[in-house]
Amino acid sequence: MTFQPIKFYQTGTFTVGNRLLPPDTRTVQANVRRTNSLNSGHRACQGCGEALGARYAIDTAMDATGRQLIATNATGCLEVFSTPYPETSWQIPWIHSLFGNAAAVATGVAAAMRVKGRDAVRVIAQGGDGGTTDIGFGCLSGMFERNDDVLYICYDNNAYMNTGVQRSSATPPGARTATTAAVGKDPGNVFGQGKDVPAIAIAHGIPYVATATIADLHDLEAKVRRAMQVRGARYLHILVPCPLGWGHGPELSVTMARLAYQSGLFPVYEAEQGEVTSVAKIRHRVAVEAYLRPQKRFAHLFDPAPRPDVIAAIQAQADRNIRRYGLAGSES
Amino acid sequence: MFQVRIHGRGGQGVVTAAELLSIAAFREGRHAQAFPSFGSERTGAPVVAFCRLDTRPIRLREPVGQPDAVIIQDPTLLHMVDVFAGLPRNGYILVNTGRDLAALGLADFVRERQPGRIATVPATELALKHIGRPVPNAALLGAFAALTGQVSLDSVAAAIAETFGEKLARANIAAASAAYDAVLAPRVEDSHAEAG
Amino acid sequence: MLKQVEGSRAVAEAVALCRPEVICAYPISPQTHIVEALGERVKAGTLAPCEFINVESEFAAMSVAIGASAAGARAYTATASQGLLFMAEALFNASGLGLPIVMTVANRAIGAPINIWNDHTDSMSQRDCGWIQLFAEDNQEALDLHILAFRLAEELSLPVMVCMDGFILTHAVERVDMPSQAQVDAYLPRFEPRQVLDPADPVSIGAMVGPEAFMEVRYLAHVKQMQALELIPAWATEFHRTFGREAGGLVRTYRTADAETIVVALGSVLGTLKDTCDELREMGLRIGVVGVSCFRPWPAAAVAHALQRAHHVVVLEKSLAVGLGGIVSQNVRTSLSGRSASVNTVVAGLGGRPITRASLARMIVDADEGRLDPLTFLDLDRAAVGRVLAREREVRRSGPIAERMLLEVKR
Repeated sequence: MTFQPIKFYQTGTFTVGNRLLPPDTRTVQANVRRTNSLNSGHRACQGCGEALGARYAIDTAMDATGRQLIATNATGCLEVFSTPYPETSWQIPWIHSLFGNAAAVATGVAAAMRVKGRDAVRVIAQGGDGGTTDIGFGCLSGMFERNDDVLYICYDNNAYMNTGVQRSSATPPGARTATTAAVGKDPGNVFGQGKDVPAIAIAHGIPYVATATIADLHDLEAKVRRAMQVRGARYLHILVPCPLGWGHGPELSVTMARLAYQSGLFPVYEAEQGEVTSVAKIRHRVAVEAYLRPQKRFAHLFDPAPRPDVIAAIQAQADRNIRRYGLAGSES
Repeated sequence: MFQVRIHGRGGQGVVTAAELLSIAAFREGRHAQAFPSFGSERTGAPVVAFCRLDTRPIRLREPVGQPDAVIIQDPTLLHMVDVFAGLPRNGYILVNTGRDLAALGLADFVRERQPGRIATVPATELALKHIGRPVPNAALLGAFAALTGQVSLDSVAAAIAETFGEKLARANIAAASAAYDAVLAPRVEDSHAEAG
Repeated sequence: MLKQVEGSRAVAEAVALCRPEVICAYPISPQTHIVEALGERVKAGTLAPCEFINVESEFAAMSVAIGASAAGARAYTATASQGLLFMAEALFNASGLGLPIVMTVANRAIGAPINIWNDHTDSMSQRDCGWIQLFAEDNQEALDLHILAFRLAEELSLPVMVCMDGFILTHAVERVDMPSQAQVDAYLPRFEPRQVLDPADPVSIGAMVGPEAFMEVRYLAHVKQMQALELIPAWATEFHRTFGREAGGLVRTYRTADAETIVVALGSVLGTLKDTCDELREMGLRIGVVGVSCFRPWPAAAVAHALQRAHHVVVLEKSLAVGLGGIVSQNVRTSLSGRSASVNTVVAGLGGRPITRASLARMIVDADEGRLDPLTFLDLDRAAVGRVLAREREVRRSGPIAERMLLEVKR
């Protein structure tokens, strides 16, 4: 990993405090001169993980590119809460076209910059899990295949949240959504094959792929920065909890993200040119139950009729991830 | 207006033949319209292409139903497709074959028609000889020029030269010229015979 | 310069002369030769600077064009038929955002049943998506309209669709007069966008608009298209001055001054109609032809004016509003409301069925003598249709419609 590990034995907590770091290793967010590209005043829910993730990512990208950035955005929560007519909270050039074409629109913007000889201007495409893994999948793959100079950021909150929490192909198995009701003999989302878009991005052999969560700001910023150092197709998949859709308190969004990582359900890693190059090992591993219990979308697995079999299956997935990516063991 | 219909099979350059003819006419300052009748484009399937020639701009867009000339690039079509549909008695017929029309079962058909307007030419053989590939279209155009006089051999050659690369063009022009001579010679003899 | 060239290649060359900056396309018959020719030019470096992008679907093609245009680049794509439908959402998006994209639609039927041949179903299906729709009568006009289209699009900030009959025009080799680069440069200035994504001056494009302003935004789109009704004739005149020939405009009339029966049509069939018209005139019938060159916005006043003295109006169209009848004729009737002329719809040429002078002549004579039904289908094999319907009444498992009809038509 490309960040400075901090030992907090002084305070005995995991507080991510920038005051202990030399100024040049502090985060962009810690800087009073950060661009705040997703400005305050947007209409996101209290505790929205996506608002946090987007601000972190775009501010870093602005810093990394000398403020030469254009963003495209798929339809979804981010688009809707950031541009409530007649206002916009974007301080960068930004375009929302359709639900499924953020990647293709970004390809077009990048082509325009290239043809005009404005190589310094970089392009980011943004979409939720619905717009990325489902309806925008074709355009995403096309962008990867052509190696267009676009960084695609997927803010994954595990469902079509903007339209009322419907299941997407990123919805984890067992989760309750409006279209995967917690009733019947198999409550919640099915145990399907899943659609591991970061792995699919790696399979395309593109220059840079990374996963991250809002629980680790330094890590997320470092990955955005690394991505902006590279030319060609890049993909960043950020887990962004949704208090409303997941059913937890808004103050727990960062905690939920951390638990997802610590349980092994959301592996955090980087890859280049088709090979995984680094992983975030899990220092304090937790059983998946610690992650599932606080979320109402998994409540049916515990009450009134506990489903240890489903929880075991989810645990098995976490175990597989840990094995597959080598996440066990202490900090490297 | 002079209307030509070309029958052949996919892969024999039927569409190109129509285009080359239109380019030849263009070079002579005439208006020309060449277009295919579109079927599934597969090698071996029957293909039809059309070419209209006129001194005035051509506005008509329907397929050529009343051709003034019919070119048959592949004689196996003769009894499969109604290749002569709409052709008047004095229409031109050019058939790609080394055999005579009687051998093709057209003796009766030919008897009813205006003489001097029908020709056969072994275009595929000429193509194999001059080009090394059995694509008879250029040769047939040379023959067409001789048969109908609608375009000159020079124009046909110029159309070929502008369409193909140098080597291929030369070979196709040679085939066209050979076919032109092959068709013209008997006619010259005939007219001498009649005169003398 | 005079050239004898395939329609697709003529269009490609004209588009290249317009200095497009981003070309993106997905293959579909019968437009493929256009983008192939453009792709070659970009690869060879003769069209530069230009980015040519092979996209993974038509939806992607229009989306890439949207991004490129929003970022200030002159963008072009081409499609037909199913491809136009696949990008339907993006069509509305492009016009709604006011992006001056130019697209060729090589008119082709829409399945099922799958059919690669010409008719106007594709562009008609998108007639209300907010794009300007121009129709070419021949390949000369097809290439000229593209030059006009870029100018029109960029001035109005509206996307423009240039429609040319698939195969009939795209694959026909005929004579065209190709303008020079200097002529096109003089006519078509650099693209100066009304809105542009630029870090130096950030804007947000594509925000949601709620009930409080949506009506006004849509009305504005309507107003802009109506503005086009003024601009198009003016620019057709300017085009004539610059290039020495007519192209575009709203409608074009042929021998209508004293015509009793006038046939209205779009696209390449106008050529055949004019020949038929001349033949019938020789026989003493007073026939005229009106070609609609600009279908959207609908030139109501121009059409009404052209048809004002006709007793019989026949709208010959390659499109069908299933369950209703004609599409173009609905538009014509709107222009003629309150007038006494009879308007007959003749649906012809669907799926590439040839439209012949002979059939047209018979039909026009019927119209002229007041014998034409309000809605007719030219050269329809009614007997075959009857047999299929009869079989369906007898047998529940009557099988795929297409197969059945093909068998009956062959009988």
